[in-house]
Amino acid sequence: MQLALFLIFGALAVAGALNLLFQRHPINSALSLVVVMMSLAVLYWSLGAEFLAAAQVIVYSGAIMVLFVFVIMLLNAGEEVRTKGSRAAYNVGIPGAAAIFCVLAFVFLSERNQLGTANMGGRLSNGVDNIAELSQVLFTKLLLPFEVTSVLILVAILGAVVLARKEQ
Amino acid sequence: MVPIAYYLLLAAVLFSIGIGAFLIKRNVITIFISIELMLNAVNLTFVAFAHQWHQVSGQIFVFFVMVVAAAEAAVGLAIIIAIFRTRQTLNVDEIDLMNS
Repeated sequence: MQLALFLIFGALAVAGALNLLFQRHPINSALSLVVVMMSLAVLYWSLGAEFLAAAQVIVYSGAIMVLFVFVIMLLNAGEEVRTKGSRAAYNVGIPGAAAIFCVLAFVFLSERNQLGTANMGGRLSNGVDNIAELSQVLFTKLLLPFEVTSVLILVAILGAVVLARKEQ
Repeated sequence: MVPIAYYLLLAAVLFSIGIGAFLIKRNVITIFISIELMLNAVNLTFVAFAHQWHQVSGQIFVFFVMVVAAAEAAVGLAIIIAIFRTRQTLNVDEIDLMNS
């Protein structure tokens, strides 16, 4: 069951990411990123992180991607043009990304026996519910960082308003 | 029963595609989208390790990453709007104010 979920949604995520890479129009890239985020939400759920799966759908594919699509439509962004700089980036970018992938894959595969396996609906070690444990830690031990993030969001809103305002 | 290494490998694939897109793409919005893809790939590693160690701290990290990503997206898109308003282009090769 979990293997099937992983294979289906992992393949979907990789296909969405590749589509993001190969599409020329930004709106197509944005919509393929929505596909990636939705499949990642299913993978989070299969790893026992229900709250994060819901937050992924609501915050990432709901709020952030709507903002992206909104800006793309507002600026009427067309297809990108290939330039000299993009040829140089091709020559560096593809080998560089491949090299980083090879290093990561080597490390993960050589340590795969130590890493163990994932079980569907895995619980935390003390047998409590995932969301209960998450909220317990978030609202007691990490209350100050949690409140600071709300200030961060407020500052970001103010910054966005100031930056996007028409200059007088 | 899926080895955790497969999840990490999937995250590595997504991260590498994000790096490639970041370097190859010429549209500033698409570059920003590929940064979001890389953030998501890292979040997957956090969740996978949180599952492995039966610890909730990895998931809390992902929660904070999501909050910061939301703030970052708001500010970044506002900057993109400001760039477009002054330079009438979204191509990063033509946004070279600090290069001249």
